[in-house]
Amino acid sequence: MKPVFEEAAPVELTLRVNGATRTLRAPPLRRLLDVLREDLALTGTKEGCGEGECGACTVLVDGEAVLSCLVPVCQVSGTEVSTVESTGLASIQQSFLAEGGAQCGICTPGMIVMTKAWIDACRRDGVAPDEDGARLALAGNLCRCTGYGAIVAAALASARGGGAP
Amino acid sequence: MQRFIGRDQVRPDGPAKVSGRAVYVADLRVPGAWVGGTVRSDVARGVLLRLERDPAFDWSRVAFVTAADAFGAQGGDNVQALIVDDQPVLAERDVNHWGEPLALVAAPDRATLEAALAAVKPVIEPQPAQFDPELATVVFKTIRIVKGDVDGVFRVPSSRVHVFEGTYRTDSQEQLYIEPQGCIAWPADADGSVTVKGSLQCPHYVRKALARCLGIAQEKARVVQMETGGGFGGKEEYPSVVACHAALLARACGRPVSLLYERHEDLAVTPKRHPGRVRIRAAFATRGELLALDVDVLFDGGAYTTLSPVVLSRGCLHASGPYRCANVRVHGRVVATNHVPYGAFRGFGAPQTCFAIERLMDRAARELEIHPFALRRINALVAGDTTATGQLLEHSVGSMQVLDAIARSSGIDRHAWCVPRATTGSKARGLGLSFFFHGAGFTGSGEEMLKGRVRVDLLADGRVEVLAGSTEIGQGTNALFTAIAAEALGVETADIVLATPDTARVPDSGPTVASRTCMVVGGVLARACRILRERVGDGPEPWRERARRFLAQGGDGTATVTYESPPGLAWDDTRYQGDAYPVFGWAADVAEVEVDLDTCEVQVLRFWTAVDVGRALQPKLVDGQIQGGSLQAVGWAHREVVTTRAGRFEQDRLATCIIPTTLDAPRFDVTLVEVPYPHGPFGAKGVGELPMDGGAPAVLSAIEDAIGVHADHLPATPERLLALLEARCP
Repeated sequence: MKPVFEEAAPVELTLRVNGATRTLRAPPLRRLLDVLREDLALTGTKEGCGEGECGACTVLVDGEAVLSCLVPVCQVSGTEVSTVESTGLASIQQSFLAEGGAQCGICTPGMIVMTKAWIDACRRDGVAPDEDGARLALAGNLCRCTGYGAIVAAALASARGGGAP
Repeated sequence: MQRFIGRDQVRPDGPAKVSGRAVYVADLRVPGAWVGGTVRSDVARGVLLRLERDPAFDWSRVAFVTAADAFGAQGGDNVQALIVDDQPVLAERDVNHWGEPLALVAAPDRATLEAALAAVKPVIEPQPAQFDPELATVVFKTIRIVKGDVDGVFRVPSSRVHVFEGTYRTDSQEQLYIEPQGCIAWPADADGSVTVKGSLQCPHYVRKALARCLGIAQEKARVVQMETGGGFGGKEEYPSVVACHAALLARACGRPVSLLYERHEDLAVTPKRHPGRVRIRAAFATRGELLALDVDVLFDGGAYTTLSPVVLSRGCLHASGPYRCANVRVHGRVVATNHVPYGAFRGFGAPQTCFAIERLMDRAARELEIHPFALRRINALVAGDTTATGQLLEHSVGSMQVLDAIARSSGIDRHAWCVPRATTGSKARGLGLSFFFHGAGFTGSGEEMLKGRVRVDLLADGRVEVLAGSTEIGQGTNALFTAIAAEALGVETADIVLATPDTARVPDSGPTVASRTCMVVGGVLARACRILRERVGDGPEPWRERARRFLAQGGDGTATVTYESPPGLAWDDTRYQGDAYPVFGWAADVAEVEVDLDTCEVQVLRFWTAVDVGRALQPKLVDGQIQGGSLQAVGWAHREVVTTRAGRFEQDRLATCIIPTTLDAPRFDVTLVEVPYPHGPFGAKGVGELPMDGGAPAVLSAIEDAIGVHADHLPATPERLLALLEARCP
């Protein structure tokens, strides 16, 4: 039921998306998900439920994973937003390919972005990435195809692969 | 030496999926498109008196379509074409389930659409509704399978015949593909052709439904599959409903219309697994041989027939399990209620009956004091045996191999099952087994009637295009077809191009269902490729050079091949006798659970499975199918609750409709057993549905081992387990 929030007058916002500065006009409570998908044509970020349960719409805001279906765009003014289309995710994407972590693919963008957040958090906190940690980090991202084994393997392979993911 | 079979390829659809470039229906940007919505009934049964439209709303801003507007003068039938013509595209007078479509609205934007939908009020005179399948009087389909003399065994009292009975109930289950249903329809072009693009499994089903609804020839209905975010059966029949609605709206407003369900609507109105009640009576000899089986199957079909007759058929054909038994009677019926229609979901009736027979085997094992593994092994069908329908099992019967493999990997054969153990702390662990089979391909003469076709075309540059109606829905059709085609042609995978499933271009290969895409359609594809290879001829030069020369010399670069049944298959649909399936996949599961003794919460810790798929053409894909299917089965076993109240699903948001997460999923141990099937491509059988059958009974068997209660109702929620424990210790 998105439209009820969108009646407030549009405001001008500036944010960085995948490294590029974007200025746009949008109602302040417009969902970040809709801004990304509809206003910026970044359709890699998916909507699975629209109520913060499935994780398919996960993006990074200043490096922190958020559910873009629950974030009004006014909250991300002046931030750096990263989506699955970001070039910094290539090695994680390769791990998902190699391990069979993508089947139907609809949860995959959210899984990849969440994996990035997890790896960064491990590094920041000096925690060795392990399977339990990967499972905990990905617990908010639903997948119905894989049984999660290949996704967790892909996350671990990314974390242990060295180099900047 | 095979170069691609048995060796994992990077899936062709993979790079676009991991980079966010893959285009699903909601990602399409169609200039000028309007958005569609559906007006639905708010009662389970009644008579639609009128649709009240608020005069304060400016109706000229939207398109509004009712059955009266959409049919009649416009041509086309108000029928959702599938098996039986009982389901209208839009209700006219009789309302038979909550959420039944009554009218459609299209608007230039979502805000206008929401306002219009809020300004319509259906006035329905409620009537008494039937929610109890036991009392339902309208029967969609009855099936009877008889072998030997069941009554003869039960009639003779004998100290050497042990009779056990059980009634096993299974609640519904939601497919929960992560991408909700959706289609975009375009109005007829100058040529009268209507195009629909959508998230779907079976483009030719949708084409047939559109043609009937719009009153146009099937050739004028073009259906294109977009990248599809999961199906599991849930996008077998329902996309035809979405497509017909979108197409009616597009016709009414003269623009493209996108009809994308939000999660809530998807959960509330789309078909789910048929709830089942299976009563079994079985007679065993003292040493464990199964002497007779009497099975009564009842499925709730919901308000309309949809696919219920075939779901019941598969359920009944798997009701006696993978067991040798001389005397079998299976009686099944699927009935009409005023629930939202139930439909296709991975396993297609078999998980319900497999659950029952496996739980009964556990009960018999306990009573006869025979180890459940031994009891399965004593009775397992082997090559040379006949099934309940009298089918002689000849090829690729991996029953003993999967049992031996599961014993090796899990140690279940040495586990003292249901022997009371000292429990320390507040948690109890247990192990449980299931053994099961699943027919690959359509039932009976289904494949013979479908006559699935595949075309291969030599392109000008020498590459080969594969044209098939089979869809990639995550299971790996694209990688599989690429590997099969490259192997059969003797070319590189880069020489293979896959056509988008678009009914204007690809032949009807039959639906992407029934564990048939690899075995049946893959087999047709391999034959087509071999024909083309023979025409082009082998030689020292690279394929593309040979192919271009062949074309330059006027060679025919197109081969269209139609399915041919393996020799000797015979099926009698009136007596339910004969070869029910071309071949079966075989599997055994072992689950390890931990039960919290205070709360009865269950955690499945580990899950071993041994599976005979004939030949794993792409091992990683097969592994993904097995783990993913097994987790769906584990979820159904104890966690995924779907209930109804007054005909309405109570879990109609993702906050309440629960599926397993990474933390709920067990660690899987998959053993692939390969007993090649001579009539499958490179020895392959089907695998898609098989893993859905065995997970739930294995988990409940493990719960029985852990806490001693024989749960007989899926899902085995903490509440249900607690009730069983309380009943045991009053």
